[in-house]
This record gives sequence, C-alpha cells and structure tokens, in this order.
Amino acid sequence: MKLKQLSVFVENKKGRLCDVAGILSENDINIRSLSLADTEKYGILRMLVNDTDKAYRILKERNYVCQETDVLALEVADRPGGLYEVLKMLDENGINVEYMYAFVEKRKENAIMIFKVDILEKALEIAKSNKITLVSDKILENI
Amino acid sequence: MIWNPQAEKMNRDEMAALQLSHLKNLIKRVYDNVKFYRDKMDKDGVKPDDIQKLSDISKLPFTTKSDMRDVYPYGLFAVPIKDIVELHMSSGTTGKPVVVGYTRNDLDLWSEVMARALSMGGVTKDDLVQNAYGYGLFTGGMGVHYGTNKIGATIIPISGGNTKKQLQVLTDFKPQVIACTPSYSLYLAESAREEGIDFDKIGIRVGIFGAEPWSEGMRREIEEKLKLKALDIYGLTEIIGPGVACECEEQNMLHISEDHFYPEIINPETGEVLPEGEKGELVITTLTKEGTPVIRYRTRDITYLKREKCACGRTTIKMHRLMGRSDDMLIIRGVNVFPSQIEEILLRIEGVEPHYQLIVDRQGQLDILEVQVEMNEKLFSDEIKNLANTEKMIEKELYGMLNIHTKVNLVEPKSIPRSEGKAKRIIDKRLI
Repeated sequence: MKLKQLSVFVENKKGRLCDVAGILSENDINIRSLSLADTEKYGILRMLVNDTDKAYRILKERNYVCQETDVLALEVADRPGGLYEVLKMLDENGINVEYMYAFVEKRKENAIMIFKVDILEKALEIAKSNKITLVSDKILENI
Repeated sequence: MIWNPQAEKMNRDEMAALQLSHLKNLIKRVYDNVKFYRDKMDKDGVKPDDIQKLSDISKLPFTTKSDMRDVYPYGLFAVPIKDIVELHMSSGTTGKPVVVGYTRNDLDLWSEVMARALSMGGVTKDDLVQNAYGYGLFTGGMGVHYGTNKIGATIIPISGGNTKKQLQVLTDFKPQVIACTPSYSLYLAESAREEGIDFDKIGIRVGIFGAEPWSEGMRREIEEKLKLKALDIYGLTEIIGPGVACECEEQNMLHISEDHFYPEIINPETGEVLPEGEKGELVITTLTKEGTPVIRYRTRDITYLKREKCACGRTTIKMHRLMGRSDDMLIIRGVNVFPSQIEEILLRIEGVEPHYQLIVDRQGQLDILEVQVEMNEKLFSDEIKNLANTEKMIEKELYGMLNIHTKVNLVEPKSIPRSEGKAKRIIDKRLI
C-alpha cells in the first residue's frame, strides 16, 4: 500500500536540519526513516514519521514548506541481487524510480525499501503480481 | 586635441548667451509641437515668454523616465516622422521603452559630441577604434561609431560579446583605442591572460568606458591590466546616447557639451536647484535636439558640477563621475534594472509570491544578479529536479524581459527580512 512521506524544504545552512529535528522532538514525533537530497543551496528532507499529519501541521506553523507525498514500501530480499530483482521488475514495466531509500528496520530476512515512482498505482499492481510484499503503514507506528 | 575649440573653449558669457538663445528657441518649439510639453507647461502656468534668462529654466516642469514611457511610442516627437532618420530605444525593461528619434541634424549633433569625446582621449584619424559597445537599439554602439566616423578614424564595429573574436582582432589589428563597458574591459583582460595575450604588445593607448558606474579603484585596475589610459564617458538614451560628457586626458571630471546639453543639479527630494559644487541629482535639457527634445530630464544620477578652466584648455562645465542614484535602479552589465520590474515578472509566474530579494555581486569581472525567491507550497516538490526546473523557468522568464542572465535561488519562507512596509529588496555587494 501507499505510505505518506513528509517532504520538507530546508536551506543548506548551518543549523537548519537540527531545527527541524528539534521541532519534531518537541512534539513527540518519531522519525522512522529519512533521506536527504541536497544541492549546494538547499535540500529536501524526506521522512516517514509516526504521525505525518501532525508533523506537517507543526512544521508549517514554524514556516517550513512541506508536502505529503505518496511512496511505496516494499520488502526486498537482503542478499546479493535482492534490490536488483525489484528494480528490474519496475524497469521492465516502464516504471521510473525517482528516488529511494532504506527503512531502518528489517523484517525477517528482508530489508524494507522506500520507493518514489512515477506511476504509483501501476507499481503497486506489479509488486502484487510479482509476489513482492508490500509493507503497510503499520511500520510507522512507534515500537 | 580639442575637436571644436570654438565651442569647447568658449568664454562664460558667450556660452550663457548661446545657451539662453537655444533655450528660448527650444521652449517655443516644444510648446508649439509637442502636446506632452504644452500640457505640462499649461498645467504649471508657464508660457514660452516666461523664459527670459537662463535661471528661468527652473520655472519649467521636470520630465521623468515614466513620463517618457507614458507617451510611448511617438508622444515626445517634435517633428513629423518623415524628418526622423533613426530610432533608438532604452533597454525597454521598465515596461515600455523610451523612444528617441533622431533627425539628420540630431545625428550630426551626436557625431559632433562623440567626436569631441573621443578627441578628449586623443583619438585622431590615424587611429583604429575597436568598438565593443553593443550595436542595435542600445545607443552605445552607434554613438561611438558616428563619433569615430566624424573624426575619420577607422572603426572596427565588432559590437559587444564574442570575447574570442575581440581578442583575435585586438591581437591582429592592434587598435589604439577600445570602447566598451568598464566591466567588460576587465573581462577581456582576464580572458586575454588565460590565452597568454600580453597587452603591452597590443599597445592600446586609450579606452573609452561608460554605460555603467565605476570607480577610481576600477580605473587603476583597468589601466594596469590593459596598459592604457582609461577615460569615463557619460550619456543616456533619453538625452542622446553616449557623448553627453567625457573625461579628457587630465582624468579630472567629465566635460559636458553644455552648448547642447544644459545641466542642473537639484535636490532629489524637493526639486530645488542647487548651487554649483553641491551634490545632487543631475537634470539635463537638450538645448538643440530636434527629434525628441527633452526638457529638464531627471537622470536620477547623483553628481556635482564644477566650472573651472581645465588644464586641457577646455572651459566647458564639468561633472564628477557618477556618485550614485536617487532611485533604486541597478545597472547590471550595462543594462538598467529596476526591482519593480523584477517583481512584476515574478508575480506573473504561477505560484510565485512577492517575497524576493536581489543580490548584486561582482564575480571576477562580471556583475552577477542573484534573485532569491521564497519557497511556498505551490512551488515546492519532493524532487530536486523539479525545484531546479522551477529556478530555471524563473531565470528564463527574467531573461526574456530583462535580457540579462540571473541566478535564481529558492530560499525558505520568511527568510527574507521584512521591515515595516518596505522590504529591503536590494543588497549590492559590488565594490565600485
């Protein structure tokens, strides 16, 4: 299924990431996974948190520009070739991965990877028909 | 060499008498032929007959750049279009451009004052002049061209840009004179150094630099790097183009061709005329121009005037090199840019809010204009490539209107300082 990712615009300046983390911490938001895409001037902080709507609201109150983005979480076999198989499947079906990152926790022998793809619904179908386990938003809840 | 000793060495009384007779004639002409001026004068209750002595000029209303744009395209013309032989326009970036029309006599006048300017730099008919000012609607290229023709020197009309070609022509033809913007001259110097070209071997004698403000420090740098004498030339499209004033080889203020361009200095706040020597805004009246004569044009340039006999022998009144602006206009690589225009362009772009800041800097030898735009939810995306495309799209829009390359950077919301009412829009880091 689809997961809601929170994307935040942060300038590439000292203290900005720390500020975001601080705001989340004050409000008891747990960051479950994150990746940072950066350029010389700014970055996009992409996070999966335990309460996306709340995090969105409080960051917005503090003048951050945020966006909720649909992403896909898939189980990927944690062995050589595991990621390749999934990417190949997406590629063969004409799905373009915009970016991806790993979820911190493992599930048995599988790693969990987060994908942002161009055609999400199609990717979901392909994953199902290829017997790839889709990870639900339960993983975002606090342990 | 003094091109026109009769005019340039005229004694004070003769000059004043000449100016007054031109002025009276001018006011009659514009009152009869230009509705724009007639309406303005009627509104202020001034008639041509009220101009009896030179100081009566202060009774006349000022003309501003926006006045001139309001009557685009033909509202300032004092002669029928059949008598106009050439048109030029200001960079046209502040909405509508200012249009100036030249009669045959106006082109002769322009050639004359440019010949005087070039002669101040010692240019003679034996010289080659590499003219790297842009040719086109911009007046820089054609002004230098006409002056060079008048003197009979050899013009190389290479126009602006194309640095490789500029260097090749410099190396192969060894011109004695170069004309371009001061910042471009330093860019040329830089490029020449990279190509291993030695300016000592080219032997340019003099450079005529203008179209943007520069400083004594920059002059020293240019003279050292290009091994020439650097002179400051002043002019503006609204008046005639380059040639309103120029430095002589004494490099001690710019001689104004005051028999054609009558200068005043005013307090930019009150409009009051200030005595000689006091710093204020330069106001110019074109005493003899026929096509698009201008009465008391507010240049927004800050300077002061001084009447003293120059060591060069000229007696014409002198102005100090530009000391600033009385408005927020920026000159970026010779192009006039107003923050309000940038705002207008930004606000036409879907999703952009009026929170922006302009940062001007000089990197190497070129002016860089950075436009910071605050991020908002409409512009935001979770993908870097989309944000980069947004920046590029804004840069393209700005280029389309301003004709200068900018660097757009998206910044966090509320990161641009707000103050009561007026935000600080411009940070000029150039040390000029």
